[in-house]
Amino acid sequence: MSETITTPAPARAPDAEPVVTATELTRRYGEGDTAVDALRGVSLNVRKGELTAVMGPSGSGKSTLMHILAGLDRPTSGEVAIAGTKLSTLNDNDMTRLRRQHIGFVFQFFNLLPMLDAEENIVLPLSIAGEKPDKAWVNELLDQVGLTPRRTHKPSELSGGQQQRVAIGRALVNKPTIIFADEPTGNLDSKTSGEILELLERSVRELQQTIVMVTHEPRAAAIADRVLFLDDGLIVREASNISAHDIVAAMEELGE
Amino acid sequence: MTAFALRGLLGRKLRTALTAIAIVLGVATVAGTYVLTDSINNAFHSIFFETRAGSDAVISGKSAFDLSGDSGSTAPSFDESLLQKVRSLPEVGEAQGQVNGEAHLIGKDGKAIVYGGAPNLGFSIADGASRFNPLQLVSGAWPKPGEVVIDKSTASKEHFKIGQVIGVQAQGPVDRLRVSGIVKFGSVSTIGGATLSGFDLPTAQHLFEKPGKLDEIAVASAQGVSTPKLVASIKQVLPADTQIRTAKLQSHEDAKETDSFISFLQKFLLGFGGVALFVGSFVIANSLSITIAQRMREFATLRTLGASRSQVLRSVMLEALVMGTLASIVGLFAGLALAKGLFSLFDAVGFTLPNNGLTLETRTIVVALLVGIVVTLLASLRPALRATRVPPIAAVREGATLPESRWARYRLPAAIVLTVLGFAGLLAGLFVSNLGTGQILLLMLGGALLVFFGVALLSVRLIGPLAWTLGWPATKLGGAAGALARDNSRRNPQRTASTASALMIGLALVTLVSILAAGIVSSFRGAVKDIWRNADYAITAQNNFNPIPIAASEAVGKTPGVTSVADVRAGEGLAYGHKIAITAVNPPAASVFNLDWTHGTSTVMAHLGADGAFVDKDYADSHHLEIGSPVPLTFADGTQELLNVEGIFDPPTGGSPFGRVTMSTTVFDSHTEQPENLYSFVVMNGGQTAANQAALDKTLKAFPNAKAATRQKFIDNQISGLSSILNILYVLLALSVVVSLFGIVNTLVLTVFERTREIGMLRAIGMTRRQVRRMIRHESVITALIGAVIGIALGIILASLLIARVDFIVLSLPVGQLIVFGVAAILVGIIAAIFPARRASRLNVLQALQYE
Repeated sequence: MSETITTPAPARAPDAEPVVTATELTRRYGEGDTAVDALRGVSLNVRKGELTAVMGPSGSGKSTLMHILAGLDRPTSGEVAIAGTKLSTLNDNDMTRLRRQHIGFVFQFFNLLPMLDAEENIVLPLSIAGEKPDKAWVNELLDQVGLTPRRTHKPSELSGGQQQRVAIGRALVNKPTIIFADEPTGNLDSKTSGEILELLERSVRELQQTIVMVTHEPRAAAIADRVLFLDDGLIVREASNISAHDIVAAMEELGE
Repeated sequence: MTAFALRGLLGRKLRTALTAIAIVLGVATVAGTYVLTDSINNAFHSIFFETRAGSDAVISGKSAFDLSGDSGSTAPSFDESLLQKVRSLPEVGEAQGQVNGEAHLIGKDGKAIVYGGAPNLGFSIADGASRFNPLQLVSGAWPKPGEVVIDKSTASKEHFKIGQVIGVQAQGPVDRLRVSGIVKFGSVSTIGGATLSGFDLPTAQHLFEKPGKLDEIAVASAQGVSTPKLVASIKQVLPADTQIRTAKLQSHEDAKETDSFISFLQKFLLGFGGVALFVGSFVIANSLSITIAQRMREFATLRTLGASRSQVLRSVMLEALVMGTLASIVGLFAGLALAKGLFSLFDAVGFTLPNNGLTLETRTIVVALLVGIVVTLLASLRPALRATRVPPIAAVREGATLPESRWARYRLPAAIVLTVLGFAGLLAGLFVSNLGTGQILLLMLGGALLVFFGVALLSVRLIGPLAWTLGWPATKLGGAAGALARDNSRRNPQRTASTASALMIGLALVTLVSILAAGIVSSFRGAVKDIWRNADYAITAQNNFNPIPIAASEAVGKTPGVTSVADVRAGEGLAYGHKIAITAVNPPAASVFNLDWTHGTSTVMAHLGADGAFVDKDYADSHHLEIGSPVPLTFADGTQELLNVEGIFDPPTGGSPFGRVTMSTTVFDSHTEQPENLYSFVVMNGGQTAANQAALDKTLKAFPNAKAATRQKFIDNQISGLSSILNILYVLLALSVVVSLFGIVNTLVLTVFERTREIGMLRAIGMTRRQVRRMIRHESVITALIGAVIGIALGIILASLLIARVDFIVLSLPVGQLIVFGVAAILVGIIAAIFPARRASRLNVLQALQYE
């Protein structure tokens, strides 16, 4: 088993310190005969300013890994640390504080609040934390995600791609240590997917945002600095700056 | 976060409005009750205070103890010579004597004009222009001898005109008097169903058979004399049988009776408001629970964005606060409308209340808002706590379910404990002796609340089998749609149980009331049949309960064919330090009444004489009375008699027809200024025949307020009063049923919303709109029927407990009525389904399938 675990090689910023570290993560669902091991010992580091893609066939454990990295789920064993804080030591309130400060989310189904307009959705994490949004920063963000002309539109008045751009804006607004993106293009057509991927890439390159993205689309993974291939609860391969074509080949190897 | 919570409400207008209706109705009942009773109170108080407005002090006859208004005993009148004595005092500026009493105006049909139970007030107006006269002349002139002034509303209802000669009857036979004027009470627009008639003093003294006597002297002090000084000086000349009070005190005294009536009415109606709010709290809790289950994704997203549990709690509670506040404000205004409606309702059942416009006190606003908001917040607490348990991971996981609370496994034991505690409270309240009224009420009320909560929780376990059984007809009637409806109603037992529970409470109370009423009616019928086995006719007042002059019974005694007339008079006396109801019978009663004598025989009634009495068994037991025991009884006139117990009877199940102590009419009359009969029973040759009825009717022509009824008719008449009260009860309880109806609507709307995709799928595979509607309708009816079955069962249990305690009611199940309630529940289900079913059937199939 141990030979398949790779120590991730820093791709872009070799000297950057890891913002997320996971050691020997396992996750078992259920008990006894019906127990399923979704993760069977995963260790990884995510470095600052890096876009990491997690790929794998359905049931490979990639969603479970992301949930555990983001503190949404707890590992059966192993430890996750975000910005140096071990998640296992946190109670619900500490976890809430950690989310406010360090974590941003982008969901497959956008998860916008229907009664708030685009701008309100974007600044929501700040209002929740009781902070005053910096006007200039919000304007810049709206510009970055290309929604300045639609800032007062409700989600129901926006297209899928526009909604996802609101969601990305929302994830960026408090400049979190790390953004977790869960199949961000899973619910979008290919043209829109391209725009969203470009936006995510730009967030990393221009805003030095760190992102972990779970996806099963080779094209999405291709923008990543680093791609981790998961199969059967283990990281089976890691590649840096790999093309969509090579990703498809790697996936086929995994039997998808 | 604040703004966010409020936006949440705006974003779900329909759901919020449907949830809020429950609170609106409850608050409206509470506010309406206060507005109604305050308005009546105001109207009465302006009547009482205006009546005394011109006086500084009032002299009246003194009774030995406080008398109840309708007891049959009245304060004695006093000699009119006192007026001269009072007038001659230097401290007295003006003084005027008055007599008053019940005076019936006779309608065109020859019958006394009586509106429900309202009084027919007659009084002297010695001088229309005097400061003591509270009435205003609308038209005509103040009465001279042989004349009468009547109130405006009676004049217009009966088309009486000035100059017309009408019949007036007080104590003696009918007098013919000329209407000299129409009057009204200064500021009060209606005085309820009361009739007013004013006469000059000698005419009034003649009508009320109080020649040379006065009931009251109104006094105004001379210039510069203070009221205390005036009172002190008059006290010097007062004979022992009179008393003086300041006008203010006297009006409070006058208002005592109505005050206690209004305070009773207020508590009574507030009880129903409480029930509506209680039912409303179930509806709110349930609607919010469903809404929160549907908003899990939203709460989870908030959590991932950094919202803490307490922020989630606060935002849900804030929504509840805003909704509760808005609903309470709307309810307050709806309460004003409801008060108006209640006035009309009471009017419609012949119980016209005085009305001087609606009164909105600050207290009403404060209590209504507070109660509405607090109930909403309490009902929201559990759903809000559930919302805090939504895990952040629900933001990314399809179909995540709320984790069970830590306490979930204690739910069944808790339900059982609550139910048992509730019944224990009820039983303790009913059967433990030596409890104060407050304790009993607390035990019963607390017990009932716990029982309802407990049964509501327990009912979750019953949903499966009940839905399966009650849904069986649906599967036959509705085909596939019906079968799906049955499955749907069993799919989320918690939700179905909460929805049905709201209806359960209303139906349990309706059932309880109807069983008690049926018990009272059947016990009463049985008792009347037993007790007056030998009587052919009963003579009563037109309204069946006012007293009637003895002259009427005397005249009946002289009617051809009448063999005996048994009179029953009623009053109040004081014995062993307690005010008790007393009755009196004349010797013929011995042959008419058939009682179960534990000591003595019915011949006792014929030989009560000057010092005999009989008592019921309970009274004898509690005061250790046996044959020959002396009972010291003080009459209203202040004299005490020692009556000897000559008989003891066991009262029948339907209740005793007598007071605690019954004596001869001879003794009663010697201590009662103007004795009257409560009713008389007549035995005639040939029994009940058309000729006998005609003979009695002919005799009673001279007594417009009396009527002769066969024994059966007498029973029906007595019961008709009960049905009016019952109808009011049903209307008031219907309110809580309406609240639960909205609860069903709300649940269905939310359910349809939740099952959008599923309904779209059903449509896609060939279900017609009609079938969709049918499916929703059947589910609604099944839910309503579950509520009805549990409610009716619980109602029967509660009624049995109550009847087991109250020994004058027998348990009799009004099966027909219970079936009607079941049918009503089906109707509630059908009505509740109309709107949600329409929404479901109009879903666009394509959109429904795409909806996520």
